[in-house]
Amino acid sequence: MAAETQSVTAPGQTKENAILVADNVVRTFGGLRAVDVEHFEIERGKITALIGPNGAGKTTFFNLLTGFDKPDTGAWTFNGESLSGVAPYRVARKGMVRTFQLTKVLSRLTVIENMRLGATGQRGEKLLSSVFAPLWRDQERSNTKRAEDLLERFKLDAKRDDFAGSLSGGQRKLLEMARALMVDPELIMLDEPMAGVNPALKQSLLGHVKSLRDEGRTVLFVEHDMDMVRDISDWVVVMAQGKIVAEGPPDDVMADPAVVDAYLGAHHDTELSFEDEAKIVAEAEAEIEAEIAETEEQS
Amino acid sequence: MNWLDVLSGAVEQALGPQAMIYCLAAIGLNIHFGYTGLLNFGQAAFMMVGGYAVGALVQTWEQNLWLSILVGLLAAVLLALVLGVPTLRLRADYLAIATIAAAEAVRQVLGAASLNDQFGGQDGRFGFADDMKSLNPIEPGGVHFGPIDFRSYDFFIMIVGWSLALLLCGVIFLMMRSPWGRVLKGIREDEDAVRSLGKNVYFYKMQSLILGGVIGAAAGIMSGLATDNVAPSDFATDTTFFVYTVLLIGGAARVFGPVAGAVIFWFFLNGLDLFFDKATHDNLIPDWIMTSDQASLMRLIVLGLVLMLLMIYRPQGIFGDRRELAIDGR
Repeated sequence: MAAETQSVTAPGQTKENAILVADNVVRTFGGLRAVDVEHFEIERGKITALIGPNGAGKTTFFNLLTGFDKPDTGAWTFNGESLSGVAPYRVARKGMVRTFQLTKVLSRLTVIENMRLGATGQRGEKLLSSVFAPLWRDQERSNTKRAEDLLERFKLDAKRDDFAGSLSGGQRKLLEMARALMVDPELIMLDEPMAGVNPALKQSLLGHVKSLRDEGRTVLFVEHDMDMVRDISDWVVVMAQGKIVAEGPPDDVMADPAVVDAYLGAHHDTELSFEDEAKIVAEAEAEIEAEIAETEEQS
Repeated sequence: MNWLDVLSGAVEQALGPQAMIYCLAAIGLNIHFGYTGLLNFGQAAFMMVGGYAVGALVQTWEQNLWLSILVGLLAAVLLALVLGVPTLRLRADYLAIATIAAAEAVRQVLGAASLNDQFGGQDGRFGFADDMKSLNPIEPGGVHFGPIDFRSYDFFIMIVGWSLALLLCGVIFLMMRSPWGRVLKGIREDEDAVRSLGKNVYFYKMQSLILGGVIGAAAGIMSGLATDNVAPSDFATDTTFFVYTVLLIGGAARVFGPVAGAVIFWFFLNGLDLFFDKATHDNLIPDWIMTSDQASLMRLIVLGLVLMLLMIYRPQGIFGDRRELAIDGR
């Protein structure tokens, strides 16, 4: 592993203070090994980016770690506690909360109700105490206060009483992030937090992600936009075809030619000039002609 | 018969025991479908289990009526557990299939000829409501409000049933504005999101199924008490569909939706029947259009049409909030 290759970007590196450690996590769909991770650690208090091309298995890996999907094999611990086979709601209660690539806001609840739902240990969530408001009113009030503070921080306070379904795509991403914070997680896992968000809002989202780290939380996020990843992450993990192919500080990882090839393909950064384009077109045409000639010969 | 009779007949049905029973069943279904998003198509099974527990325990095994009512409600808890344990992990559409099949299975078993001695086959059970009848304080002549008449025992059942319905509405109002109700509504919107926030979704769904099922059983028990009879034909699948109709007319996920829905549904169902009956007899509608025999089918045809129009122009029901529907739920 890391020791043998001595590379700064070797996969499966151990961390000084890991919050999450996973080993041999494999998930197959029929013949496809969607996730096949030998060893993976997340450093506490850092922003770790998980990148990789479409179909690399990032979201599936997310689902496995948070209990939304069951692996064929594998074990992982969070704060030293085993999380294999633990139900998603228990994973969340232990302090590991995720968001979704396709944002899941609760459309026909208001923004503030979405937020309140995130609070843990609510007395009023028990069937029998629900009827007796005095049992939970104080707690509800303090939860609401916390929710309002978060909404203000995420600039959603003006939308407090609107249905969540009426929010724009970017606002939904913000709401989902804010709602996850209501659980007060140690590790927050963001699945493509920037997808479908307009550039102006992206900047503020970036700021929010950084602020999560600044208040002592650990962040793992999936992202496609390399500039974004370079900008905010402390550590980058690259997945391709289910495996982790490299990890390291952003600049090292992006300089790693193996990563560049595996992840982006060999020609990712060359912009096509007119000459190149003409050449490609000519090649394609020649190919087509050859094929036509072939079929004509056959008939 | 005159037009006033048509109107008073419709009002009698709108407030009568039938409407009250469907109102109760719809209150239960509202917890399932309206608040939690559980597509339960087996509400008739919960009603039947409640009604039959009372009928069979009193008539066959000669138990006390009040004890039997308690057992009937507990039987609904049991049914909810049996039904919920395997199916609540399934997606909504599978739950619908499983519940409609389970309801039919319950009906076939309780109506089976081989269980004739216990459950009375297709005739069901009867003559078990004497203890209830003996409590009736209404004078034997019945009650009259102008042209509107109720028989004595019917009126007693109505008072008991509608009081229960209003009490349940109050309790549900309190529950649904609590954090508990918020979790249910969250599950309706997106159960994975609720899971990701650390809530045991399965557990809440089970609570919802049990609570709504017990209220359904109460409807079945009231039905048995009202007619002093329970029979398999009272609890066929169309019972569940009528309950859904009642719920949708009033507006799903609205506290008073089932009450308004039941009153409106039975007003029109009976009113239309009386109207077409009278219209054909008076030759208001000539024979070459329809005869009085055919007229009895008209109520369902018109009701179907009204339902379609309601779904097109007011899909949120009477009490629904248009804004909610403007939002694409998925």
